[in-house]
Amino acid sequence: MSAHGITRADLQAVNLPRRRLVNRLMQALATLAAAIAVAALVLIVWSVAKRGASALNLDLLTRDPAPFSFTPVKQGLENAFVGSLVLVGLATAMALPVGLLVAVYLTEYARPAIRSSVSLVLDVLNGVPAIVIGIFVYGLLVLGHGQSGWAGAFALACLMLPLVTRSTMEVLVLVPSSLREASLGLGIPRWRTTLSIVLPQTIGGVVTGTVLAVARIAGETAPLLFTSSIVGSQTSWSPTHALQSVPVAIFELSEQADPGSHARAWAAAFVLLLFILFTSLAGRWVATRNRRRLSTSR
Amino acid sequence: MTSAGEAAELTRRPFTGRRLRFGDVSLQAVAGAAAAVATVLVGLIAWKVTAGAWPAIRRYGISFVWTNSWNPLPGHELYGAASFLFGTAVTSLGALLLAAPLAIGIAIYLTEIAPRLLRGPVTALVETLAAVPSVVIGLWGILVLGPVLRSDIEPSLHRALGFVPLFGPPSTTGSSIFTAIVVLTMMILPIVSSITRELFLGVPQDQKEGALALGSTHWEMVRGVMFPYARGGIAAALILGLGRALGEAIAVTQVIGGIAGGTGIHWNLFATSDTLASKIASSYQGATTNLQLASLVYLGLILLVFSLLINFFAQRIVRRGARRQGVGANRGALG
Repeated sequence: MSAHGITRADLQAVNLPRRRLVNRLMQALATLAAAIAVAALVLIVWSVAKRGASALNLDLLTRDPAPFSFTPVKQGLENAFVGSLVLVGLATAMALPVGLLVAVYLTEYARPAIRSSVSLVLDVLNGVPAIVIGIFVYGLLVLGHGQSGWAGAFALACLMLPLVTRSTMEVLVLVPSSLREASLGLGIPRWRTTLSIVLPQTIGGVVTGTVLAVARIAGETAPLLFTSSIVGSQTSWSPTHALQSVPVAIFELSEQADPGSHARAWAAAFVLLLFILFTSLAGRWVATRNRRRLSTSR
Repeated sequence: MTSAGEAAELTRRPFTGRRLRFGDVSLQAVAGAAAAVATVLVGLIAWKVTAGAWPAIRRYGISFVWTNSWNPLPGHELYGAASFLFGTAVTSLGALLLAAPLAIGIAIYLTEIAPRLLRGPVTALVETLAAVPSVVIGLWGILVLGPVLRSDIEPSLHRALGFVPLFGPPSTTGSSIFTAIVVLTMMILPIVSSITRELFLGVPQDQKEGALALGSTHWEMVRGVMFPYARGGIAAALILGLGRALGEAIAVTQVIGGIAGGTGIHWNLFATSDTLASKIASSYQGATTNLQLASLVYLGLILLVFSLLINFFAQRIVRRGARRQGVGANRGALG
């Protein structure tokens, strides 16, 4: 492969049939690569759906796990579903306001130099492995106090913050400056312009960004292992104790050898996957529509 | 980003000479405090992880990194990261090696080959692969992919290429470095391909048309115009993919099998091993002594240092490329 683009030899090469053959071959390979990626997704979704749907029943959502016994008993993962709900809800309540404010600061107030360095820090935060976030929160909140739903939710919020901030910044930037100028021109103070003129324009984008971030953290296991995983089998709504969650439950069930556990893992994975695929596809769809609307109104 | 930024710059100026409004000052202060918190968070992570690893750092120093031992027996305790570093390097480089050509192929297909009607749906499908939670991919990896690899693919690779030490005797359980590589490839593929696709979309149309007008074939145009144009960006995308592969804990823990005694340093892809992240994840309930716990956190610290370096440099390349080419806002490690 030449380092300087097209060489004279390439174009002078008279061996046209061979060049055409290479062209065909490369097109076929590229198409094959795309087919492999799509096939991988279809394969996973199909495997989970096939095994999960057959193991899925109402007990999964309404019963707690039963202690080990030699006779089959009706049991489910209610504790995990309730725990995930509480953890993700709390994480969103922590990350969303902070993320919004950071985005407002960076787009409306910060000098360019500060803006670019803070958003670099946010990208770096986004790249910190989830398991390291788990260790960090373990050292910060769990050591000496024990695991709790609060610690788990805080760990998830750390992962969520850069996602929410970035998606909010992306829509804030699309708000036409003429709107800001018109409001300021009418003598409305800057803070009211930001809060009641600029921010309402972005609600659609903020909601979809949050939905996408929720879809992402609902499936996170690693940050919860050290912060909210050592749990009993009772359903609990209280974040003062460690809460079970769907991904951690799937992780633990998948490490066990018994087929009954695997069946419940597949069923839980099916529900989780349905939730995540639905929310992220819907979020993506609304996001592209919003963006198109905002950028044409400019 | 610049237009709103410049507008903010312009609109701010008229107020500077006036009396400060309470509302303005407080909103700016609150929002600034939030930004400061977010910035401090990264420092806090580094500090807390270092503090947690401190007993192991004081005991072993830097030699922890190349000590090949993980012995929790009381009285014989000795911990080191060599095995896990090796496992991390082999799995993530292996995944990168598989993902790079696939991702570039996908990006070429999506920008140059696919019929217009298919571009949107296929792009969405590939990016949806990134939304599948790692624990679900791991579940699939250990219960579906692992058995297939063990009974079909590994034996035939071993028969055909067994003289290469990489393709040793097949695993007995389906858990192996090879399974982990395949799983990681699927996880980093969407990241690398979506960044590469955006880079390819940014290649100026006139340059592409110029190459075609000079008589080059489609592939020669891709090789001669698009690759040189996107080279730096593709490198950054691959580095970001590497960062993601290094840090993946759950799916790898489920499929790599772990090291029970012995060492994880070997060249047989079909045997079990452990990575930094998977060792931490699989030991979450089992640290018996303070030294062992600190050593686990030390593994996390090594992981953190790698991922900070990788992300920092990749972001810088992406940003520089984006500024040069006017490609839209950088996508970062959006997972």
